[in-house]
Amino acid sequence: MSERVAVRKTYKLFIGGKFPRSESGRSYLVQSSNVSLASRKDARDAVVAARAAVKGWAGATAYNRGQILYRAAEMLEGRREQFVALGIPGDEVDAAVDRWVWYAGWADKLAQVYGGANPVAGPYFNISAPEPTGVVAVVAPERPALLGLVSVIAPAIVTGNTVVVAASPSEPLAAVTLAEVLATSDLPGGVVNILTGAITETAPALAAHMDVNAIDLTGVTDATLAGELEVKAAENLKRVLRPAPADHDWTVDPGVTRMTTLLETKTVWHPKGV
Amino acid sequence: MFEYAPAPESRSVVDLKPSYGLFIDGKFVDPTDGGSFKSINPASEEVLAEIAEAGAQDVERAVSAARKAYDKVWGPMPGRDRAKYLYRIARLIQERSRELAVLESLDNGKPIRESRDVDLPLVAAHFFYYAGWADKLGHAGFGSNPQPIGVAAQVIPWNFPLLMLAWKIAPALAAGNTVVLKPAETTPLTALLFAEICQQADLPAGVVNIVTGAGDTGRALVEHPGVDKVAFTGSTEVGRAIARSVAGTRKKLTLELGGKAANIVFDDAPIDQAVEGIVNGIFFNQGHVCCAGSRLLVQENVADRVLESLKRRMAHLRVGDPLDKNTDVGAINSAAQLERIRELSDAGSAEGAERWSPPCELPDRGFWFAPTIFTGVTQAHRIAREEIFGPVLSVLTFRTPAEAVEKANNTPYGLSAGIWTDKGSRILWMADRLRAGVVWANTFNKFDPTSPFGGYKESGYGREGGRHGLEGYLNV
Amino acid sequence: MTATTTSARSDLSELGRSETALRTFLHGLPGVDQVGAEQRAAQLGTRSIKTTAKAQAIDLAIRMVDLTTLEGADTPGKVRALAAKALRPDPADPSCPHVGAVCVYPAMVPYVAEVLRGSAVHLASVATAFPSGQAPLEIKLADTRAAVAAGADEIDMVINRGAFLAGRYSEVYDEIVATKEACGDAHLKVILETGELATYDNVRRASWLAMLAGGDFIKTSTGKVPVAATLPVTLVMLEAVRDFRAATGRQVGVKPAGGIKTTKDAIKYLVMVNETVGADWLDPDWFRFGASSLLNDLLMQRTKLTTGVYSGPDYFTLD
Repeated sequence: MSERVAVRKTYKLFIGGKFPRSESGRSYLVQSSNVSLASRKDARDAVVAARAAVKGWAGATAYNRGQILYRAAEMLEGRREQFVALGIPGDEVDAAVDRWVWYAGWADKLAQVYGGANPVAGPYFNISAPEPTGVVAVVAPERPALLGLVSVIAPAIVTGNTVVVAASPSEPLAAVTLAEVLATSDLPGGVVNILTGAITETAPALAAHMDVNAIDLTGVTDATLAGELEVKAAENLKRVLRPAPADHDWTVDPGVTRMTTLLETKTVWHPKGV
Repeated sequence: MFEYAPAPESRSVVDLKPSYGLFIDGKFVDPTDGGSFKSINPASEEVLAEIAEAGAQDVERAVSAARKAYDKVWGPMPGRDRAKYLYRIARLIQERSRELAVLESLDNGKPIRESRDVDLPLVAAHFFYYAGWADKLGHAGFGSNPQPIGVAAQVIPWNFPLLMLAWKIAPALAAGNTVVLKPAETTPLTALLFAEICQQADLPAGVVNIVTGAGDTGRALVEHPGVDKVAFTGSTEVGRAIARSVAGTRKKLTLELGGKAANIVFDDAPIDQAVEGIVNGIFFNQGHVCCAGSRLLVQENVADRVLESLKRRMAHLRVGDPLDKNTDVGAINSAAQLERIRELSDAGSAEGAERWSPPCELPDRGFWFAPTIFTGVTQAHRIAREEIFGPVLSVLTFRTPAEAVEKANNTPYGLSAGIWTDKGSRILWMADRLRAGVVWANTFNKFDPTSPFGGYKESGYGREGGRHGLEGYLNV
Repeated sequence: MTATTTSARSDLSELGRSETALRTFLHGLPGVDQVGAEQRAAQLGTRSIKTTAKAQAIDLAIRMVDLTTLEGADTPGKVRALAAKALRPDPADPSCPHVGAVCVYPAMVPYVAEVLRGSAVHLASVATAFPSGQAPLEIKLADTRAAVAAGADEIDMVINRGAFLAGRYSEVYDEIVATKEACGDAHLKVILETGELATYDNVRRASWLAMLAGGDFIKTSTGKVPVAATLPVTLVMLEAVRDFRAATGRQVGVKPAGGIKTTKDAIKYLVMVNETVGADWLDPDWFRFGASSLLNDLLMQRTKLTTGVYSGPDYFTLD
C-alpha cells in the first residue's frame, strides 16, 4: 500500500464569514504555503462586511457575546494540535486559549466596571455606560503569531466592535487557522475579518477609510509608517491604539486599556419627578 | 405692557488692567518673541485690555517651567496636598465668583445671568470635584497606582472660557500633571484672573502656566516636543489638524470638538418643557455651544403646535446688554463668528428654508444676531449639516422613532442628543441607538462635574468630567 | 398646546356629557415634567425688576389683591375694617390704587357689601362648604346662592378633590356646572387645591376640567392645607389658560392664593404672567393674588420707592 497523498489546504482571506480569495487573484509564498495577498479592495470589502455586522453584534446581549467568545475558546482548545503543527509552541496556544477565555468573561462586566451612576448635583438620574465604537481596523503583531493575534482581536470584539485584521505578514497561517476556529464557533459572519498580505498595502487603506471608527496599530513596527497611518486616521478622528513596543511581553495581564480605548462612553440624563 | 427697566450688573467689581503679560512659572512676564493683541467687549467693541501674544520662545519657557514643576514639585507631591491646593482654588473661585462672572460677560458677551448662574458655579464645582480625586486615584479604576503623564498642553475655546479652563486644569492637576494652557484669543481675561487666583492660592510656580495668543501660539504649544499630553476643545477642523500633528509622537490626545445635535420631540412629549428645552438647547450662550441642540427633529403630527409654542416663547427672549440681569441672549463673541453665522444663515435662505426671528431690536454697536429658526429644512441643507455655532435652529420633521434615529445619527458628529417623550421605554430605546456621547432625555444642556462629557465620531475622543475624565490625564 | 385644534372648538362643550370622553381628553393632555417646570419657574424668578418697572408692578399687584380673611374668628367689625382698607390701602397716599376684591366667608358678605357698595372693589366669597367641600351638593349650592344673594359678585368654590383623585371626573365637572349656574351673574373661581392634587399632571387636568365646566377663574388653593400657591403650580395653570383660550377662544383668569407674602414673591408671579401668557392677563380681571399680609409689604415697598427710605410696619394699618 502506498502512502496516502495528503490533501493540502488553500489559505484564503476571511471576510463576512466566508473564505474568499483576494479579488486581485494574487498570493504570496510564506510558511511554505501560498497565502492570499489582500488588496485595497479586499480591505474595502472587509470594512463593508464589518460594518454590516455591527448592528447585530453590538446589539447582542453582553451575555450572548461572552458565550460566543467562550465557545471560540473551546474550539481553539480543540484545535491545539493543528496550531502546534503550524509551529506555534504549545504554551503559546494554551496562553491564547486562556487569553480568549479571560476576555470572554469581560463581556458582561465591563459596563459595570467602566460605567455607572454619576451623582450629579440636581434631580436627575444620570448614568454612563460604555458602547462599542463600531468598526475597528487592527494591525496584528508580527509575532507571537497566535497569542498576539488573539490579544488584539478579543478585546476589540468582546465589547461589540467588529474588526478588520491585517494578519502577521510573515506568519499568516495562524491567522487563517484562527479564522477557521471562529467560523465554527457561532460568531456571526463579519464580526472578525482577516486579511493576509502586506501591511503596507492594506493598512493605509484601512487607516484612511472614512467608515472605520478606530485603528489599532499594535503590529506596525515601522515608526514612520505608524505615524503616516495615524495621520490618515486623523481625517475622521479615528480612535488610535499606538504600536506596541518591540519588546512587549504578551504573556502578562493585559489590563483593560485595549478594551476601553475602543469604547465610547454614553451618558444619559433624565429628570426625577412625579 | 410690563416693560422691565434696565437692571445692569455693576462693572466696578472688576479691576481691569490696561495690559496683561503671560503667566509663566508663577509670574506675569512680558513676551520675549511675541507681540500683543487686544481683547474687546463684543457687546460694545470697546477695547478691554492689551494682551501679550506668546511666541515660540515664550511657549518654550512655559513648557520648561511646567516640566520643572512636574519633576521637582507637583509630580512628587502627595495627592492629599495637591488636593488641598485644588480645594483652595475652588474656594477662591467661589469668593471671587461675582468678579469672574462680570469679567466673563464683558470679555465673552454672554449674559450675566448665565455666567453668574451656570458658568461660575460649575467652575467652582469642577475644582471641588477633582480636588477630591487627587488622593484617591488608586480607586479610580485605572490600577492601584496610576501615574500622571507629565506636562499637559491645553487649548480651549472662547464659548465658556473659564469653564473650559476648569474642565482642563482641574483633572490635570488632580492627576499630578502640570499644565500650559492657552485660552482663546478673544476671551483671555478670566484665564488671566485665574492665574492671579493661582498666585493667591500659593500654588507652586510652574504648575499652571497660561500663554495667551492665537492659532500660532496654540500650534507652537501643541507641537512642542516637551509636551506629553494634548487636550483640545474647539472645532473639528482644528482638532483634526492637532490629531495629525501629534501622530507618531508619544503625546496622549483628547479632543472635544464640534457637534450638530438632534433634539428630538415626540408627539407625547411634555410640550411646555420640551419648548423650554429647545430654547435652552439652541439659545443658551447664543448657541455658542458645541453640544447645542441645533437640529430640532419634531414628529410631524405635532410640528405645527410645537413651532407655534416655540415662536411664542422666542418672542419673550430678551436680546441685548450682557450685563443686564434680565438678558437672555447676549452678544456674538466676535466679528468673525458673526460673519460665519450670517453666511450659513444666508445659505439656509438661499437653499429654500423658511427663516423666522421674533421682532427684536439689536444694539447698534457690537456683534449681534437675532434668535432665528429655519423651518422646511431637510437633511440636504447646509444648515442641517454644518455646525453654525450661533443662535440658529434648523427644524426638520420625522414620522417614526426609527426615522428619528436615522436622521439624528446621519452626521459625522456625535456629541449630544435630546429626546422628549413621556414614554420611558421609548427613551431607553432611543438612547441605545443614538450615536452621541451625552443623551439628554426630557432635559437639555445639563452639565455636572461628575458626569462624563465628550463625543462619538468626529466630535472627538476622550471624556471630560467624572471618573472618566481622569483617564486622559493618567498614564493608562 | 393641547390635544385640541381649532376645528375641535365646537367639540369641547360636548366633553362633559360622558365620563369616557372627559377621561380620554384629560388624559390626552401633554404631561408636565416636574423638574423642567420647576426650573422654568425658578428661572423666571431670577428676573430683576427695578425702578419704574418695580413701581408699575407694585401698583398692578395691589390692584390684583383679593384681600382675604377666612377665619372662624372673623366678625362684622373685622371684615368692615378689611373692606375699608381694600378701598384705601394707604390712607396717607391717595395715588395708591384700591385692591381687586375682598374675600370672606358667606356669613360676612353682608357687612363687607355695606362698605364696598358703589366702589369698584369686588366682593368675593368662598362657598361650597369651603375649604373641604365635604358636604352634600344641595348644601354647597345653597351656600353659593346665599353668598350671591348677600351681595357677593365673585364666588370661590372648591372642587371635590376626592372625586378628582378617584377619577370621577364627571362628578367634579357636574358640580362645577351646577355651582356656576347657582352663581348667576357672579364670577366663579374654581379652587383646585393643588397642594392635594400632588402632581403637575393633575393640576393641568384639573385646570382643564374646571375651564371646560365653565369656571371664570382657576385658583390654586384654599390656604387651609400645608402646600398653597407655588410658582410652578401657577406656571402650569397659566399654560392651561393660555392653551384653553387658543383652543376655545374663551379667556379664563388665574388666582394663586396662600403663601404669597412679599413684594418680591408677587413680582415673580407678575413676571411669570408676563412671559407665559402675556399682557392680556396682566389685569385684575384676569389675575388675582389671594392674600392678606402681602398687601402691607406691597405698601411698604411702594413707600420706599416714592420716598427712598425703608418704611416699617408701624406706618401701615394692620387690618
